[in-house]
Amino acid sequence: MAEHRLTFPASEEDIRKLRAGDLVTVDGHIIGIRDRTQIRIFDQGVTPPMDLNGAFLLHTAPGVRKRDDGGYDPVCIGTTTSARMVRFTEPLGREYGVRAICGKGGLPDDAIEPMRQYGMVYFAIVGGAAALETTQIEEIEEVAWEELMPECLWKFRVKDFGPLWVGIDSHGNSMFHDVNEAAKERLETILAGL
Amino acid sequence: MNTVETDIQQAVEDAAAHLYVWALKDIPQDLRDALAAAAETETSVPGQRVLQTILKNVQVAERENNLVCQDTGIAVYYCRVGEHFPLHPARIYRALYEGTMRATVDHPLRSNIVHTLTRENTGPNVGYRVPIVHWDFIADWDGLDVKCVPKGSGSENMSFLKMCVPADGVKGIKTFVLESIVGAGGKPCPPGIVGVGIGGSADYAMHLAKEAIARPVGTRNPDPLVAQLEDELKDLLNETGIGPMGLGGDVTVLQCHIEHADTHMTLNPVAVNYQCWAARRASAHIGADGSVDFDREA
Repeated sequence: MAEHRLTFPASEEDIRKLRAGDLVTVDGHIIGIRDRTQIRIFDQGVTPPMDLNGAFLLHTAPGVRKRDDGGYDPVCIGTTTSARMVRFTEPLGREYGVRAICGKGGLPDDAIEPMRQYGMVYFAIVGGAAALETTQIEEIEEVAWEELMPECLWKFRVKDFGPLWVGIDSHGNSMFHDVNEAAKERLETILAGL
Repeated sequence: MNTVETDIQQAVEDAAAHLYVWALKDIPQDLRDALAAAAETETSVPGQRVLQTILKNVQVAERENNLVCQDTGIAVYYCRVGEHFPLHPARIYRALYEGTMRATVDHPLRSNIVHTLTRENTGPNVGYRVPIVHWDFIADWDGLDVKCVPKGSGSENMSFLKMCVPADGVKGIKTFVLESIVGAGGKPCPPGIVGVGIGGSADYAMHLAKEAIARPVGTRNPDPLVAQLEDELKDLLNETGIGPMGLGGDVTVLQCHIEHADTHMTLNPVAVNYQCWAARRASAHIGADGSVDFDREA
């Protein structure tokens, strides 16, 4: 298991170096996205007003406080369950050149092939650890589609964002696939002993 | 008809507003102890790092006076109302509704509640039939106990019901709980509390499962048969290897809590309701005179 520090947006070359199980800390810019944001992009066909090329997407719906100047300050920013949004993986890679999707709980095996094909990774974060995550967000730089609050498109500047595990790499490996398969085997043994 | 808003209604509203935010920020000691114990036993490298990050997060929330988790949940309240408590449940509901709304606006908290078809936001964590309030009525008493459980969606989405048949027996119950938790994998933020409701009817079994997750962590059902099943299932669930956040490890669950009800001779319902590691809850005991005694451990 290797440890890496990466700045986003990132290149395909950066991403191909990562292997499932590696530990990663991230700096730079990351983009917050969630169910309704992706329903708008893909099901309603609306082009997002932010550049997603090379992007790190975070599955989040932040808690924020609106400032008088129209900007937003973080109150509590954490990460939601990724599995609900697995069907967007392929088009995010193919149409928009997204390099990383980060969330909690893993993506199902449907995400493995598009991530291999387009050079993407899934980063697993510790779900629920939002107080800590909020301290790693330096600023909310941009918000689009405010009418979807809190499921807008958010641009955050982050420092020391993590710890993140490479849950799925761009070479066909998934920690979640391996853990789940092993658990199913153990379950068979447990059930046989009941 | 004229309605008079009494001081006691205000006291309940103030208590609800406080409970909602307090539950989100300051997790109970029994839960902190369970998480620390998990970190002592976990042997997998990612599992250990996840648990250390969780423990650090609880400290950061305290230091920064911030919420433990960003998901402010769907507000669920459990009320035990004494028959002589001087405020009608209709007014208690109104107070809980107003308190939830006020806490959301004043803090501010993320607003989660939407119309279930249009998905449009319905207000500051309130809506039609939200908050959700469960009632118990107590004879020969003049107090009110309110427990606030802001339930996160990541774990609530991992809820399962099976109408086992009597011939499935206890083995059927165990099998369904184990299969549910293996199927849930890392999605509900393990290691958490597996709430199981058995018996009653379909709807009541799920109600009991939810009640089970809201118990102090590690308490045991007073029925020794049920308590034995809690111990057994907890150990079996931790043999699955799902581990903290589903990254593999020894600690998949902190606890298994079971609530039961007697049932029809042809029924054998089993409901599973998961509670994430950030198992937030906070309680208040309210006296007939409007005095409020907050209790983090109930």
